[in-house]
Amino acid sequence: MNGVHDMGGMQCMGPIHHEANEPVFHSPWEGRVYAINRALSAWHKWNLDAWRYDIELLPPPDYLRMSYYEKWLAALENRIVKYAMVTKEELASGKPTLGSARATPVFTVAMARVVEPRITAPSNDPSVAPLFQVGERVRARNINPVGHTRLPRYARGKTGKVVLDHGVFLFPDTNSQFRGEKRQHVYSVQFAARELWGEGASPKDSVYLDMWDDYLEHTGS
Amino acid sequence: MADDKTSVDRRGFLKYAATGAVAAAAPGSMHAQDHDHDHQVVPSDPALRTKALESLLVEKGLVDQAALDALIDTFEHKVGPRNGAKVVARAWVDPNYKARLLSDAASAIAEIGLGKSAVGDHTLVLENTPKVHNLVVCTLCSCYPWTVLGLPPVWYKSTAYRSRAVIDPRGVLREFGLQLDEDVEVRVWDSTAELRYFVLPERPAGSENLSESELAELVTRDAMVGVARVLMPAGGAKA
Repeated sequence: MNGVHDMGGMQCMGPIHHEANEPVFHSPWEGRVYAINRALSAWHKWNLDAWRYDIELLPPPDYLRMSYYEKWLAALENRIVKYAMVTKEELASGKPTLGSARATPVFTVAMARVVEPRITAPSNDPSVAPLFQVGERVRARNINPVGHTRLPRYARGKTGKVVLDHGVFLFPDTNSQFRGEKRQHVYSVQFAARELWGEGASPKDSVYLDMWDDYLEHTGS
Repeated sequence: MADDKTSVDRRGFLKYAATGAVAAAAPGSMHAQDHDHDHQVVPSDPALRTKALESLLVEKGLVDQAALDALIDTFEHKVGPRNGAKVVARAWVDPNYKARLLSDAASAIAEIGLGKSAVGDHTLVLENTPKVHNLVVCTLCSCYPWTVLGLPPVWYKSTAYRSRAVIDPRGVLREFGLQLDEDVEVRVWDSTAELRYFVLPERPAGSENLSESELAELVTRDAMVGVARVLMPAGGAKA
Protein backbone atom coordinates (compact mmCIF):
# COMPACT_ATOMS: atom_id res chain seq x y z
CA MET A 1 0.00 0.00 0.00
CA ASN A 2 1.43 3.37 -1.01
CA GLY A 3 0.65 4.86 2.41
CA VAL A 4 2.26 7.60 4.46
CA HIS A 5 4.00 4.98 6.59
CA ASP A 6 6.27 4.35 3.57
CA MET A 7 8.19 7.57 4.16
CA GLY A 8 11.76 6.77 3.18
CA GLY A 9 13.05 9.70 1.12
CA MET A 10 10.46 12.30 2.16
CA GLN A 11 12.00 15.64 3.06
CA CYS A 12 9.39 17.77 4.76
CA MET A 13 9.28 16.18 8.20
CA GLY A 14 11.33 18.72 10.15
CA PRO A 15 14.28 18.36 12.51
CA ILE A 16 15.00 15.29 14.61
CA HIS A 17 14.33 15.88 18.30
CA HIS A 18 16.81 14.05 20.49
CA GLU A 19 15.79 13.74 24.12
CA ALA A 20 18.57 13.20 26.63
CA ASN A 21 17.92 10.51 29.27
CA GLU A 22 14.68 9.55 27.62
CA PRO A 23 12.39 7.30 29.71
CA VAL A 24 11.25 3.98 28.23
CA PHE A 25 7.65 5.21 28.42
CA HIS A 26 6.73 8.89 28.66
CA SER A 27 3.41 8.25 30.43
CA PRO A 28 2.08 5.18 32.23
CA TRP A 29 -0.59 4.64 29.54
CA GLU A 30 2.13 4.11 26.92
CA GLY A 31 3.49 1.18 28.91
CA ARG A 32 -0.02 -0.25 29.31
CA VAL A 33 -0.66 0.01 25.56
CA TYR A 34 2.66 -1.64 24.81
CA ALA A 35 1.99 -4.46 27.28
CA ILE A 36 -1.60 -5.05 26.16
CA ASN A 37 -0.43 -5.33 22.56
CA ARG A 38 2.16 -7.93 23.46
CA ALA A 39 -0.10 -9.87 25.80
CA LEU A 40 -2.94 -10.09 23.28
CA SER A 41 -0.61 -11.42 20.59
CA ALA A 42 -0.40 -14.62 22.67
CA TRP A 43 -3.96 -15.44 21.54
CA HIS A 44 -2.55 -15.95 18.01
CA LYS A 45 -5.50 -14.25 16.36
CA TRP A 46 -3.11 -12.36 14.10
CA ASN A 47 0.53 -12.48 13.05
CA LEU A 48 3.23 -9.82 13.13
CA ASP A 49 2.66 -8.83 9.50
CA ALA A 50 -1.08 -8.44 10.06
CA TRP A 51 -0.30 -6.46 13.20
CA ARG A 52 1.89 -4.02 11.27
CA TYR A 53 -0.71 -3.73 8.53
CA ASP A 54 -3.33 -2.60 11.08
CA ILE A 55 -1.16 0.39 11.95
CA GLU A 56 -0.65 1.22 8.28
CA LEU A 57 -4.43 1.19 7.84
CA LEU A 58 -4.90 4.19 10.16
CA PRO A 59 -6.10 7.20 8.14
CA PRO A 60 -3.03 9.10 6.87
CA PRO A 61 -3.77 12.36 8.76
CA ASP A 62 -4.09 10.35 11.99
CA TYR A 63 -0.91 8.43 11.25
CA LEU A 64 1.08 11.65 10.87
CA ARG A 65 -0.50 13.47 13.81
CA MET A 66 -0.52 10.74 16.45
CA SER A 67 2.39 9.93 18.70
CA TYR A 68 3.84 6.44 18.38
CA TYR A 69 1.79 4.85 21.13
CA GLU A 70 -1.35 6.73 20.13
CA LYS A 71 -1.03 4.84 16.84
CA TRP A 72 -0.60 1.59 18.73
CA LEU A 73 -3.70 2.35 20.79
CA ALA A 74 -5.87 3.33 17.83
CA ALA A 75 -4.81 0.26 15.83
CA LEU A 76 -5.36 -1.92 18.88
CA GLU A 77 -8.93 -0.67 19.29
CA ASN A 78 -9.63 -1.42 15.63
CA ARG A 79 -7.88 -4.78 15.79
CA ILE A 80 -9.70 -6.30 18.76
CA VAL A 81 -13.03 -5.49 17.13
CA LYS A 82 -11.88 -6.81 13.74
CA TYR A 83 -10.79 -10.12 15.28
CA ALA A 84 -13.97 -10.34 17.37
CA MET A 85 -12.24 -10.25 20.73
CA VAL A 86 -14.58 -7.48 21.82
CA THR A 87 -17.65 -5.97 20.18
CA LYS A 88 -17.94 -2.34 19.11
CA GLU A 89 -20.53 -1.88 21.83
CA GLU A 90 -18.18 -3.25 24.47
CA LEU A 91 -15.40 -0.99 23.28
CA ALA A 92 -17.68 2.04 23.43
CA SER A 93 -19.13 1.21 26.87
CA GLY A 94 -15.99 -0.26 28.42
CA LYS A 95 -18.10 -3.10 29.84
CA PRO A 96 -18.49 -6.72 28.71
CA THR A 97 -21.88 -7.57 27.22
CA LEU A 98 -24.07 -9.12 29.87
CA GLY A 99 -23.73 -12.91 29.87
CA SER A 100 -20.71 -12.99 27.53
CA ALA A 101 -18.20 -15.77 28.15
CA ARG A 102 -15.14 -14.99 30.20
CA ALA A 103 -11.79 -16.25 28.91
CA THR A 104 -8.71 -17.20 30.91
CA PRO A 105 -5.72 -15.00 30.06
CA VAL A 106 -3.14 -16.89 28.01
CA PHE A 107 -0.29 -14.46 28.68
CA THR A 108 1.05 -15.03 32.19
CA VAL A 109 3.39 -13.27 34.58
CA ALA A 110 6.00 -15.95 33.93
CA MET A 111 5.88 -15.28 30.19
CA ALA A 112 6.23 -11.56 30.82
CA ARG A 113 9.55 -12.13 32.64
CA VAL A 114 11.13 -13.76 29.61
CA VAL A 115 12.18 -11.54 26.75
CA GLU A 116 11.24 -13.45 23.64
CA PRO A 117 11.48 -12.00 20.18
CA ARG A 118 8.25 -12.43 18.32
CA ILE A 119 8.29 -15.60 16.28
CA THR A 120 9.56 -15.46 12.73
CA ALA A 121 10.09 -18.23 10.24
CA PRO A 122 12.90 -20.74 10.60
CA SER A 123 15.78 -19.56 8.50
CA ASN A 124 17.25 -22.83 7.25
CA ASP A 125 14.67 -24.63 5.16
CA PRO A 126 16.60 -26.58 2.50
CA SER A 127 13.43 -27.26 0.54
CA VAL A 128 13.16 -23.58 -0.38
CA ALA A 129 15.79 -22.74 -2.98
CA PRO A 130 17.06 -19.18 -3.35
CA LEU A 131 16.16 -17.50 -6.64
CA PHE A 132 19.14 -15.14 -6.51
CA GLN A 133 22.81 -15.52 -5.63
CA VAL A 134 25.12 -13.37 -3.57
CA GLY A 135 26.99 -11.02 -5.90
CA GLU A 136 24.19 -10.96 -8.49
CA ARG A 137 22.79 -7.70 -9.87
CA VAL A 138 19.05 -7.48 -9.25
CA ARG A 139 16.23 -5.02 -9.79
CA ALA A 140 13.54 -4.32 -7.20
CA ARG A 141 10.25 -4.95 -8.94
CA ASN A 142 7.91 -2.07 -9.65
CA ILE A 143 4.90 -3.34 -7.74
CA ASN A 144 2.17 -1.27 -6.09
CA PRO A 145 0.12 -3.73 -4.06
CA VAL A 146 -2.90 -2.27 -2.26
CA GLY A 147 -2.21 -4.39 0.84
CA HIS A 148 0.77 -4.69 3.17
CA THR A 149 4.23 -4.84 1.60
CA ARG A 150 7.78 -4.40 2.87
CA LEU A 151 9.13 -3.16 -0.45
CA PRO A 152 9.46 0.61 0.05
CA ARG A 153 8.53 2.87 -2.83
CA TYR A 154 11.93 4.50 -2.93
CA ALA A 155 13.58 1.24 -4.03
CA ARG A 156 11.07 0.09 -6.65
CA GLY A 157 12.54 -0.20 -10.12
CA LYS A 158 16.05 0.41 -8.78
CA THR A 159 19.01 -1.83 -9.42
CA GLY A 160 21.28 -3.17 -6.70
CA LYS A 161 23.50 -6.05 -5.73
CA VAL A 162 22.75 -9.06 -3.50
CA VAL A 163 25.30 -9.00 -0.68
CA LEU A 164 23.90 -11.50 1.85
CA ASP A 165 21.40 -14.36 1.81
CA HIS A 166 19.62 -14.42 5.18
CA GLY A 167 17.72 -17.66 4.60
CA VAL A 168 14.00 -18.34 4.46
CA PHE A 169 11.23 -16.12 5.86
CA LEU A 170 7.48 -15.74 5.55
CA PHE A 171 6.30 -13.40 2.82
CA PRO A 172 4.62 -10.41 4.48
CA ASP A 173 2.45 -9.39 1.53
CA THR A 174 0.42 -12.61 1.75
CA ASN A 175 1.00 -13.52 5.40
CA SER A 176 -0.41 -10.18 6.56
CA GLN A 177 -3.75 -11.11 5.00
CA PHE A 178 -3.67 -14.81 5.95
CA ARG A 179 -3.29 -15.77 2.31
CA GLY A 180 -0.34 -18.06 2.83
CA GLU A 181 3.18 -17.93 4.23
CA LYS A 182 4.90 -18.20 0.81
CA ARG A 183 8.24 -19.04 2.42
CA GLN A 184 11.15 -17.62 0.44
CA HIS A 185 14.66 -16.27 0.78
CA VAL A 186 15.44 -12.79 2.05
CA TYR A 187 18.62 -11.00 1.00
CA SER A 188 20.47 -7.84 1.89
CA VAL A 189 20.51 -5.88 -1.34
CA GLN A 190 22.90 -2.96 -1.65
CA PHE A 191 21.61 0.02 -3.62
CA ALA A 192 24.04 2.82 -4.45
CA ALA A 193 22.81 6.14 -3.04
CA ARG A 194 23.12 7.63 -6.54
CA GLU A 195 20.94 4.88 -8.02
CA LEU A 196 18.24 5.78 -5.50
CA TRP A 197 18.60 9.56 -5.27
CA GLY A 198 20.54 10.72 -8.31
CA GLU A 199 23.73 12.66 -8.80
CA GLY A 200 23.25 14.80 -5.71
CA ALA A 201 24.00 11.81 -3.47
CA SER A 202 27.48 10.83 -2.38
CA PRO A 203 29.17 8.34 -4.73
CA LYS A 204 30.51 6.59 -1.63
CA ASP A 205 27.18 5.83 0.02
CA SER A 206 24.69 2.96 -0.17
CA VAL A 207 21.38 1.88 1.33
CA TYR A 208 20.92 -1.79 2.20
CA LEU A 209 17.40 -3.20 2.14
CA ASP A 210 16.20 -6.67 3.06
CA MET A 211 14.37 -8.04 0.05
CA TRP A 212 12.27 -11.16 -0.41
CA ASP A 213 12.56 -13.21 -3.63
CA ASP A 214 9.18 -11.92 -4.79
CA TYR A 215 10.42 -8.33 -4.62
CA LEU A 216 13.29 -8.93 -7.02
CA GLU A 217 13.89 -9.65 -10.68
CA HIS A 218 16.97 -10.50 -12.72
CA THR A 219 18.45 -7.55 -14.56
CA GLY A 220 19.33 -9.61 -17.61
CA SER A 221 22.87 -8.25 -17.69
CA MET B 1 -13.11 1.92 10.74
CA ALA B 2 -14.87 5.26 10.95
CA ASP B 3 -16.72 4.75 14.21
CA ASP B 4 -17.30 6.55 17.48
CA LYS B 5 -13.63 6.42 18.29
CA THR B 6 -12.81 8.66 15.36
CA SER B 7 -14.70 11.59 16.79
CA VAL B 8 -12.77 11.21 20.05
CA ASP B 9 -9.57 11.29 18.05
CA ARG B 10 -10.70 14.45 16.30
CA ARG B 11 -11.30 16.13 19.64
CA GLY B 12 -7.86 15.05 20.71
CA PHE B 13 -6.54 16.51 17.50
CA LEU B 14 -8.21 19.86 18.06
CA LYS B 15 -6.79 19.98 21.55
CA TYR B 16 -3.33 19.29 20.17
CA ALA B 17 -3.82 21.75 17.35
CA ALA B 18 -4.66 24.43 19.90
CA THR B 19 -1.90 23.66 22.37
CA GLY B 20 1.06 22.41 20.46
CA ALA B 21 0.60 21.15 16.94
CA VAL B 22 4.30 21.49 16.17
CA ALA B 23 5.33 19.43 19.15
CA ALA B 24 2.71 16.77 18.40
CA ALA B 25 3.87 16.41 14.82
CA ALA B 26 7.55 16.20 15.76
CA PRO B 27 7.91 14.03 18.84
CA GLY B 28 10.89 14.58 21.09
CA SER B 29 11.72 16.34 24.28
CA MET B 30 9.52 19.30 23.37
CA HIS B 31 6.68 16.90 22.82
CA ALA B 32 7.13 15.29 26.20
CA GLN B 33 7.04 18.66 27.95
CA ASP B 34 3.97 19.86 26.13
CA HIS B 35 2.36 16.51 26.74
CA ASP B 36 2.87 16.86 30.48
CA HIS B 37 1.46 20.33 30.34
CA ASP B 38 -1.61 19.02 28.53
CA HIS B 39 -2.22 16.53 31.29
CA GLN B 40 -2.54 19.29 33.84
CA VAL B 41 -5.16 21.14 31.82
CA VAL B 42 -7.25 18.43 30.16
CA PRO B 43 -7.26 14.70 30.95
CA SER B 44 -5.37 12.95 28.19
CA ASP B 45 -7.60 11.05 25.80
CA PRO B 46 -5.22 8.16 25.30
CA ALA B 47 -4.76 7.69 29.05
CA LEU B 48 -8.51 7.43 29.60
CA ARG B 49 -9.07 5.22 26.57
CA THR B 50 -6.26 2.93 27.66
CA LYS B 51 -7.64 2.63 31.16
CA ALA B 52 -11.11 1.76 29.86
CA LEU B 53 -9.68 -0.69 27.34
CA GLU B 54 -7.54 -2.46 29.90
CA SER B 55 -10.40 -2.80 32.34
CA LEU B 56 -12.63 -4.25 29.60
CA LEU B 57 -9.97 -6.74 28.52
CA VAL B 58 -9.31 -7.79 32.11
CA GLU B 59 -13.03 -8.28 32.75
CA LYS B 60 -13.31 -10.42 29.63
CA GLY B 61 -10.32 -12.46 30.72
CA LEU B 62 -8.27 -11.51 27.66
CA VAL B 63 -5.36 -10.04 29.60
CA ASP B 64 -4.03 -10.41 33.12
CA GLN B 65 -3.17 -7.20 34.95
CA ALA B 66 -0.22 -8.72 36.82
CA ALA B 67 1.23 -9.99 33.53
CA LEU B 68 1.00 -6.48 32.08
CA ASP B 69 2.76 -5.08 35.16
CA ALA B 70 5.51 -7.68 34.81
CA LEU B 71 5.92 -6.96 31.11
CA ILE B 72 6.31 -3.22 31.74
CA ASP B 73 8.79 -3.92 34.53
CA THR B 74 10.83 -6.11 32.17
CA PHE B 75 11.04 -3.41 29.51
CA GLU B 76 11.65 -0.57 31.92
CA HIS B 77 14.30 -2.31 34.02
CA LYS B 78 15.72 -5.46 32.46
CA VAL B 79 16.05 -4.82 28.75
CA GLY B 80 18.05 -1.87 27.57
CA PRO B 81 21.19 -0.56 25.91
CA ARG B 82 23.42 -1.70 28.80
CA ASN B 83 23.16 -5.19 27.30
CA GLY B 84 24.40 -3.99 23.93
CA ALA B 85 27.15 -1.95 25.61
CA LYS B 86 28.52 -5.11 27.26
CA VAL B 87 28.65 -6.82 23.88
CA VAL B 88 30.52 -3.89 22.34
CA ALA B 89 33.04 -3.65 25.18
CA ARG B 90 33.76 -7.38 25.00
CA ALA B 91 34.33 -7.12 21.25
CA TRP B 92 36.79 -4.26 21.80
CA VAL B 93 38.94 -6.19 24.26
CA ASP B 94 38.69 -9.68 22.74
CA PRO B 95 39.41 -10.06 19.00
CA ASN B 96 38.18 -13.66 18.97
CA TYR B 97 34.89 -12.61 20.51
CA LYS B 98 34.61 -9.82 17.95
CA ALA B 99 35.12 -12.30 15.11
CA ARG B 100 32.36 -14.53 16.53
CA LEU B 101 30.09 -11.50 17.01
CA LEU B 102 30.45 -10.43 13.40
CA SER B 103 29.89 -13.94 12.01
CA ASP B 104 27.23 -15.27 14.43
CA ALA B 105 25.82 -12.44 16.52
CA ALA B 106 23.14 -14.48 18.29
CA SER B 107 25.61 -16.98 19.76
CA ALA B 108 28.14 -14.31 20.67
CA ILE B 109 25.53 -12.16 22.39
CA ALA B 110 24.28 -15.20 24.30
CA GLU B 111 27.81 -15.59 25.74
CA ILE B 112 27.55 -12.39 27.74
CA GLY B 113 24.57 -13.70 29.65
CA LEU B 114 21.57 -12.99 27.47
CA GLY B 115 19.95 -16.26 26.50
CA LYS B 116 20.23 -17.19 22.84
CA SER B 117 16.47 -17.42 22.52
CA ALA B 118 16.27 -13.88 23.83
CA VAL B 119 18.32 -12.51 20.98
CA GLY B 120 16.87 -14.35 18.05
CA ASP B 121 18.75 -15.81 15.14
CA HIS B 122 18.43 -12.82 12.91
CA THR B 123 20.60 -10.21 14.58
CA LEU B 124 23.48 -8.77 12.58
CA VAL B 125 26.29 -6.61 13.91
CA LEU B 126 27.76 -3.94 11.63
CA GLU B 127 31.31 -2.79 12.31
CA ASN B 128 32.17 0.88 12.03
CA THR B 129 35.73 1.64 10.94
CA PRO B 130 37.62 4.82 10.01
CA LYS B 131 36.45 4.22 6.42
CA VAL B 132 32.94 2.75 6.86
CA HIS B 133 30.09 4.22 8.88
CA ASN B 134 26.91 2.20 9.40
CA LEU B 135 23.53 3.68 10.30
CA VAL B 136 20.35 1.74 11.16
CA VAL B 137 16.79 2.85 10.38
CA CYS B 138 13.35 1.41 9.75
CA THR B 139 11.61 3.60 7.18
CA LEU B 140 8.38 1.56 7.20
CA CYS B 141 7.72 1.31 10.94
CA SER B 142 10.00 1.02 13.98
CA CYS B 143 12.02 -2.23 13.69
CA TYR B 144 14.91 -2.06 16.13
CA PRO B 145 17.24 -4.57 17.83
CA TRP B 146 15.25 -4.25 21.05
CA THR B 147 16.38 -7.55 22.54
CA VAL B 148 19.87 -6.03 22.78
CA LEU B 149 19.16 -2.28 22.99
CA GLY B 150 15.72 -2.12 24.62
CA LEU B 151 12.74 -0.29 23.13
CA PRO B 152 13.63 2.39 20.58
CA PRO B 153 13.76 6.09 21.52
CA VAL B 154 11.15 8.50 20.16
CA TRP B 155 13.56 10.05 17.65
CA TYR B 156 14.22 6.65 16.03
CA LYS B 157 10.47 6.20 15.48
CA SER B 158 9.91 9.79 14.35
CA THR B 159 8.83 10.70 10.85
CA ALA B 160 11.83 13.04 10.63
CA TYR B 161 14.41 10.30 11.16
CA ARG B 162 12.58 7.57 9.24
CA SER B 163 12.11 9.75 6.17
CA ARG B 164 15.52 11.39 5.99
CA ALA B 165 18.00 8.69 7.12
CA VAL B 166 17.98 6.99 3.72
CA ILE B 167 18.07 10.07 1.46
CA ASP B 168 20.32 12.33 3.54
CA PRO B 169 22.26 10.21 6.05
CA ARG B 170 25.13 12.68 6.25
CA GLY B 171 22.73 15.51 7.02
CA VAL B 172 21.05 13.40 9.70
CA LEU B 173 24.44 12.60 11.24
CA ARG B 174 25.37 16.29 11.22
CA GLU B 175 22.15 16.97 13.09
CA PHE B 176 23.38 14.52 15.73
CA GLY B 177 26.70 16.40 15.81
CA LEU B 178 28.64 13.88 13.74
CA GLN B 179 30.48 15.30 10.72
CA LEU B 180 31.88 12.57 8.46
CA ASP B 181 34.68 13.10 5.96
CA GLU B 182 33.73 12.83 2.29
CA ASP B 183 35.88 9.73 1.87
CA VAL B 184 34.06 7.78 4.56
CA GLU B 185 31.57 5.30 3.08
CA VAL B 186 28.11 5.55 4.65
CA ARG B 187 26.01 2.39 4.72
CA VAL B 188 22.39 2.86 5.74
CA TRP B 189 20.54 -0.31 6.76
CA ASP B 190 16.77 -0.06 6.28
CA SER B 191 15.26 -2.83 8.44
CA THR B 192 12.56 -3.93 6.00
CA ALA B 193 12.47 -7.61 7.09
CA GLU B 194 12.98 -9.57 10.33
CA LEU B 195 16.74 -8.99 10.43
CA ARG B 196 17.79 -6.73 13.27
CA TYR B 197 20.92 -4.63 13.00
CA PHE B 198 23.11 -2.93 15.51
CA VAL B 199 26.40 -1.12 15.13
CA LEU B 200 29.74 -2.02 16.66
CA PRO B 201 31.18 1.48 17.05
CA GLU B 202 34.87 2.34 16.89
CA ARG B 203 36.75 2.11 20.16
CA PRO B 204 37.67 5.66 21.18
CA ALA B 205 41.30 6.74 21.03
CA GLY B 206 42.90 6.99 24.44
CA SER B 207 40.81 4.19 25.94
CA GLU B 208 43.65 1.65 25.96
CA ASN B 209 43.92 1.55 29.74
CA LEU B 210 40.23 1.18 30.48
CA SER B 211 38.82 -2.12 31.69
CA GLU B 212 36.03 -3.94 29.88
CA SER B 213 33.41 -2.69 32.34
CA GLU B 214 34.75 0.87 32.13
CA LEU B 215 34.55 0.65 28.35
CA ALA B 216 30.96 -0.60 28.55
CA GLU B 217 30.07 2.54 30.53
CA LEU B 218 31.15 4.68 27.57
CA VAL B 219 29.01 2.91 24.96
CA THR B 220 25.75 4.68 24.23
CA ARG B 221 22.56 3.56 22.58
CA ASP B 222 23.01 6.22 19.92
CA ALA B 223 26.45 4.85 19.01
CA MET B 224 24.94 1.39 18.54
CA VAL B 225 22.31 2.79 16.18
CA GLY B 226 25.06 4.63 14.30
CA VAL B 227 24.19 8.27 14.98
CA ALA B 228 27.06 8.96 17.39
CA ARG B 229 30.64 8.04 18.10
CA VAL B 230 31.77 6.63 21.41
CA LEU B 231 33.72 9.35 23.19
CA MET B 232 36.07 9.42 26.15
CA PRO B 233 34.40 11.06 29.19
CA ALA B 234 36.34 14.31 28.73
CA GLY B 235 34.76 14.56 25.27
CA GLY B 236 31.29 14.70 26.82
CA ALA B 237 29.71 11.33 26.03
CA LYS B 238 26.11 11.65 24.93
CA ALA B 239 23.29 9.71 26.56
